[in-house]
Amino acid sequence: MIRVSGLTKDYGSRRAIDDLTFDARRGEILGFLGPNGAGKTTTMRILTGYMPPTSGKAEVGGYDVVEQSLEVRRLVGYLPETVPLYPDMTVYEYLKFMADLRHLPDPEDRIDELLEIVHMEERADGYIEKLSKGLRQRVGLAQALLHQPQVLILDEPTIGLDPAQIIEVRNLIREIGKEKTVLLSTHILSEAQQVCDRVLIINKGRIVAEDTPGQLQARLTGSNRVTLRIRGEASDLVESIRKIPGVQNISVLAHDSLEFETSSTLDARPEVARRVVNAGIDLLDLHTASLSLEEIFLELTRDEPEATVIIEEPAAENAEEV
Amino acid sequence: MRNIWTIAKREFRLYFISPIAYIVAFMLFLILGIFFYANLAAASLQQFSGNPYAPGIQVILGPFVTILLFTSPAITMRTMAEEQRMGTLELLLTAPVRDWELIVGKWLGAFLFMLVLIAGTWVYPIILNNLVEPGIDQGMLVTGYLGLILMIGAILALGVSISSFFNNQIAAFFAFLAVLLVLWLVGNVSEASGGVGSEILRYLDLDDHFFTSFYQGVIEIKDVIYYLSVTALALFLGTVNVEMRRWR
Repeated sequence: MIRVSGLTKDYGSRRAIDDLTFDARRGEILGFLGPNGAGKTTTMRILTGYMPPTSGKAEVGGYDVVEQSLEVRRLVGYLPETVPLYPDMTVYEYLKFMADLRHLPDPEDRIDELLEIVHMEERADGYIEKLSKGLRQRVGLAQALLHQPQVLILDEPTIGLDPAQIIEVRNLIREIGKEKTVLLSTHILSEAQQVCDRVLIINKGRIVAEDTPGQLQARLTGSNRVTLRIRGEASDLVESIRKIPGVQNISVLAHDSLEFETSSTLDARPEVARRVVNAGIDLLDLHTASLSLEEIFLELTRDEPEATVIIEEPAAENAEEV
Repeated sequence: MRNIWTIAKREFRLYFISPIAYIVAFMLFLILGIFFYANLAAASLQQFSGNPYAPGIQVILGPFVTILLFTSPAITMRTMAEEQRMGTLELLLTAPVRDWELIVGKWLGAFLFMLVLIAGTWVYPIILNNLVEPGIDQGMLVTGYLGLILMIGAILALGVSISSFFNNQIAAFFAFLAVLLVLWLVGNVSEASGGVGSEILRYLDLDDHFFTSFYQGVIEIKDVIYYLSVTALALFLGTVNVEMRRWR
């Protein structure tokens, strides 16, 4: 449904997105993950026909976003990051206005249906001005869903919602994502993990990783981080632990604890425990903490070039040592 | 066409819930009322002098046109600038609406609102017609109002177009006021100069096309064309500007 190739957008001399290439199928929920200013919103604005790219090509449902902008806009439902609402209209008036712009045949029925979906039936005649941020977000979502779009583009859809609403919106997105194409941006990793079929991590306008959330985590957590706590001086143990196969990157966290990484293929934990005990030191704690998605994300989007190196290095070293 | 009407309807309704529109309406009718009263009083006093005169529709049209200079920026300043400030322009530009439909819809909404105000001024000619013997000049009434409507169409088109250049209503107000003042006074400047240049300047003058023909009870095709072409050109410029915004 969405096909993007070599998409680039410059704002003056600043390059917002740089040679993006990706696609999204029907029935797929594609997550856009990235820090602020990574180019998520820019990409979405191009896909919705709000602005043209500097170069490259983007197609939605087979229509070119520049040449056949109106056709694209008919297909797409869009919820921008700052929900565009008219404060001087009631919820119902606003939805009616948008339904008229989209030439819906039975706007009244559809609006009632949507108000039910977003649980706003009671607020239908209330002015948007008086709504809280979460409620506004729901009105914006209703607006994006009005014409039962084939492609739904949501820029930070759960921002400002309370936890119960977030779960509801996620369920709704998953439901829609079964038959339609959904592209959503988020900076909440657990959201991407829960909702998306596939995740694109973008940073500084470039795609730095692309995979299913599960695979992404598996691929990036080739090593496990182990924390060791003893009674005594941890620094004394560093030398003896370093010699154990499969152990790398030892760092002393405090006087009584240290941290090291062990590969998932060769688990060094039993050997570490044996050595500590054999040395006559009391072992207080030994546990693994696999890299969380948050950490992966930070690694991937860190400014320094070594960010990517850190992730690949352990795998290479393991190969040598095994 | 349907989109234009949808946008115009929203715009039109918005005027009736915005304080600015009420202030404009209040100001308009207050000033028109004062002029109207003053003219009637003067005319009735002159009945007893050696030089009696009967006030015509000009006593309304003249002040109306002058008030337009200050009220029309207030009417149009919001149209596009506010959409940009609130981010709702993103909504409209990603809806299946053509850029020109948006601009024309905005203009039509403002135009319909002004038509309502114009309709309100019909009380004055009706009163005049009853007071003046043998009634006021009906031809002048028709041409006067036709000219007024044409001129308002052109002015509002300029206003909507200028509003599309700004994110700030106040900036849009003053920018449009400046443009209007220039177009208002350019004819007077032409009198001071001379030659072909002065002819061109005179032709550009916005109110000159009204006061030299419609106001006098004459319909001149060149003046009709002037107002229609200013309207079309302004709406076109507004559309181009919205399109340019996308590329920025």
